[in-house]
Amino acid sequence: MSLDVAAIRREFPMLAKHINGKPVHYLDSANSSHKPNCVIDAMSTFMREAYAPIGRSSYTLAAEASAAYEAARTKVAKFINARSSCEVVFTKNATESLNLVAQSWGRANLGKGDAILLTHMEHHANIVPWQMLAKENGFEIRWVPLTKDFQLDLSSLDQLLRGVKAFSFTSMSNVLGTINPTRELCAAAHAAGAIAIVDGCQSVPHMATDVQAMGADMLAFSSHKMCGPTGVGVLWAREELLEAMPPFLGGGGMISEVSLDGFTYAELPHKFEAGTPPIAEVIGLGAAVDFLNGIGMSEVRRHEIELTNYAYNALTKRYGDDITIHGPTNPELRGATFSFAFRDVHPHDVSQVLDQHNVCVRAGHHCAKPLMRLIGANATARASMYLYSNEADVDALVEALGDVSSIF
Amino acid sequence: MSNLEDLYREVILDHYRTPRNKGELPPPATCTEGTNPLCGDEIKIFLNVADGIVQDVRFSGHGCSISQASASMMTAIVKGKSLADVRAVARRFKQLMTIEEDDGTTPTDIRLGDIEALQGVVKYPVRIKCAVLGWNTLLEGLNSAES
Repeated sequence: MSLDVAAIRREFPMLAKHINGKPVHYLDSANSSHKPNCVIDAMSTFMREAYAPIGRSSYTLAAEASAAYEAARTKVAKFINARSSCEVVFTKNATESLNLVAQSWGRANLGKGDAILLTHMEHHANIVPWQMLAKENGFEIRWVPLTKDFQLDLSSLDQLLRGVKAFSFTSMSNVLGTINPTRELCAAAHAAGAIAIVDGCQSVPHMATDVQAMGADMLAFSSHKMCGPTGVGVLWAREELLEAMPPFLGGGGMISEVSLDGFTYAELPHKFEAGTPPIAEVIGLGAAVDFLNGIGMSEVRRHEIELTNYAYNALTKRYGDDITIHGPTNPELRGATFSFAFRDVHPHDVSQVLDQHNVCVRAGHHCAKPLMRLIGANATARASMYLYSNEADVDALVEALGDVSSIF
Repeated sequence: MSNLEDLYREVILDHYRTPRNKGELPPPATCTEGTNPLCGDEIKIFLNVADGIVQDVRFSGHGCSISQASASMMTAIVKGKSLADVRAVARRFKQLMTIEEDDGTTPTDIRLGDIEALQGVVKYPVRIKCAVLGWNTLLEGLNSAES
């Protein structure tokens, strides 16, 4: 059964927005998703009727707010099938999650003579934190290259993994849409004695996630790409790893005892949540998880495969060789994110003309400059879809590209 | 479409399709690089300055129609001008782009000619940085050519 997209769209107030009297076609969900009413309402109801600081004060309101915050953590833990909710750490965003991993686990485990493995399709958030640390600690960073059809080239994986302490990779490329064989990659990492760190920003919002089946050791993702608010990210990691890792940020909330001589830190997951967290936002993320569960992640995935197929056919049928879509052609192997080149028109000019038709795409390097160099482009235009995207959005994109054709 | 016609005027598209002074100059010409980290545009400006005059200028790199057309028109207008005049033209251009105030010190007889076609860019604030990339790089180049 297909998704009732019309009903889903009614839940997203931003999708009803018009500019210059015409509907808006939002094709930038890989960047950030819109928010359904239930998320907006959960946050505003909490702030209007139940707001209080959490984890510190003992009055009734504070206890109830703490319970609501922790209930959201439990929802997130179940959503990714974590063994325990103490394995779920709330951060500012996925970027902070990966910085936490580098600065805490990395700083304690990586030094001269050590190596980590990344891939050529990583977002800057899974590159720069490691490079920052490598500059100080002097370990080696290795890279998994790509094949011609935009998959990871795993032909030398075992060799690359030799002596590596961590393999950190994206589960789905934010530029190419490529879905990586996460389970196999985690198993290969473990066979080599490395831990597997997964950047799940692009996959967690779009398909079912099971960290235990995946066999990952850590997973980072963002709330704002999965119908939740900005300001919250998640780091999931196996309890033993989190236990062994030193704290990242110090301050209130993460301590057990502080004296003039030093401190001891709090139990998991509070050890990694220094300072007052984004309480309303975490509650909003909990509501987003409820919303996605109500629809079903496998339904979301099926809808996006159908739409990817539709978009691929519509774009290539109309424009043929004028359009180059970077990424796998098989919709089963990719997410609903299309980076493309349109003839030799610069992506900024493409997105400018599309904007005139209220078609919102991103133009630029998508925070993946090493990958852009491999593609041989300084920038691409990228259209990315989600559970609320429909064929009318794709049709609008296809039509508007006709205008790009006539101007340039 | 009327708005887009304001942005993509024919003279702009002409400079984009057939850029003037595109290429490189060998040393002793100076080479200055400019980048727009947000969109990945990169430009190099090559300058031959002698006797206080821009004897020759070239640009290379890649970018959108606005950045390329702006750089092309810029090289056409600054060639043969004194450094003081080039700076005044650049100031006038930045005033056109509304990123510099007209404080009355720019000579009033400076004409931008074709470059005024870029005025439509002002309505699209995110594109202003595309239009001024070449100019800022040129100004940096003038400083290094002088020192």
